[in-house]
Amino acid sequence: MEKVTAKVNTIIGERLGVDGASLVPEANLLDDLGADSLDVVELVMALEEEFGIEVPDEDVEGIRTIGDIVQYVGSRIEANA
Amino acid sequence: MRAVIRGTGSSVPEHKITNADLEKLVDTNDEWIVARTGIRERGMLAEDEATSHLATRAARAALEMAGRDPSELDLIVVSTMSPDMFCPSVAALVQRNLECERPIPCFDLNAACSGFGYGLQVCWDFIAAGRYQRILLIGAEGLTRFMDYEDRGTCILFGDGAGAVVLEATDSETGLVASNTRADGNHWDLIQIPGGAAAQPASPYTIAQRLQFVHMNGRATFKLAVQTMEQVARDTLKDAGWSLEDVDHLLVHQANQRIIEAVIERLQVPLDKVPINIQRTGNTSAASIGILLDECNREGRFSSGDKLLFVAFGSGLTWSASALEWSATGPRD
Repeated sequence: MEKVTAKVNTIIGERLGVDGASLVPEANLLDDLGADSLDVVELVMALEEEFGIEVPDEDVEGIRTIGDIVQYVGSRIEANA
Repeated sequence: MRAVIRGTGSSVPEHKITNADLEKLVDTNDEWIVARTGIRERGMLAEDEATSHLATRAARAALEMAGRDPSELDLIVVSTMSPDMFCPSVAALVQRNLECERPIPCFDLNAACSGFGYGLQVCWDFIAAGRYQRILLIGAEGLTRFMDYEDRGTCILFGDGAGAVVLEATDSETGLVASNTRADGNHWDLIQIPGGAAAQPASPYTIAQRLQFVHMNGRATFKLAVQTMEQVARDTLKDAGWSLEDVDHLLVHQANQRIIEAVIERLQVPLDKVPINIQRTGNTSAASIGILLDECNREGRFSSGDKLLFVAFGSGLTWSASALEWSATGPRD
């Protein structure tokens, strides 16, 4: 899980141009990190490529914070393993 | 036989609908629109005009550049998803306007925003087969007529315009070297104008439900646009025997600045090779690449031998890419 967290934080930091200090589990993508709806799409695409998963649209609705992403990616990787 | 572009032309209405205009119609603002789309203004048809008027202006400009008279044309193809009416075709109206002397064939082609690429491939195939020597291809749209000015997700995006090329058969120049057109009807419902046709004919119900307007799932569209355009661009380069570094000018369908940026980031093409005019035109669907091509050509941006790659994506879903080695436009005999 630590590896997933580190990778997710790197991707979010790069895509949204935010520094490491803001990358805490409770950080909300839209409200705290300044993402807009298209940033979220691009973020999801980057996660799909990095982790080799496909994220259906309905799952994106449930993702609000960095913690949500880490948990979601973790569960998907486990399911694939 | 190969096919070269002998003349280019375009027409974007002088009347614009600006972000400030849209602020008065829907809950939006200039900053929001620019951040998400890159668009500042879009051409809007004059009240007494329709798609064929823009198509005709673009066609005349392209013919003039090519040094050709309308009577020398063998075929007129118009790519559009927003014709003046279901029938007759916009192409037939253009033929009437141009006063072509011969009863040359005319038809419209609907591949939505990929229409220019689809049109190039169809015209190239006609020329390669030896059927026609000189073809007028126009991408033309009057999409503001199909905008729901109560839906801030779509009405900020689309604009009106037309771009045209005169294609000629040649055996001494290179012209078009590769082309791919693709579709996946499984995603038919991502971008649609659902009402006013055979499935849901115009009725008080379709009007009340605003089904005569463009409806779009923006998020799914964004993702598929980026993925399919990257893939078809790479495949077309392979077919052409070019590398990405060989490409001098990458013309991407002007759908949304963020989509264009995501595609060029993935392809890693330097920004100075990617002309963008969406800030002034909005998304003009099948017209966008033709308009951009004409503007760049008239600015003198292309030199003979330059390698151009066109890539587009739209409702259908459809997507397309074409590789073209540029020849200086203007008359040849």
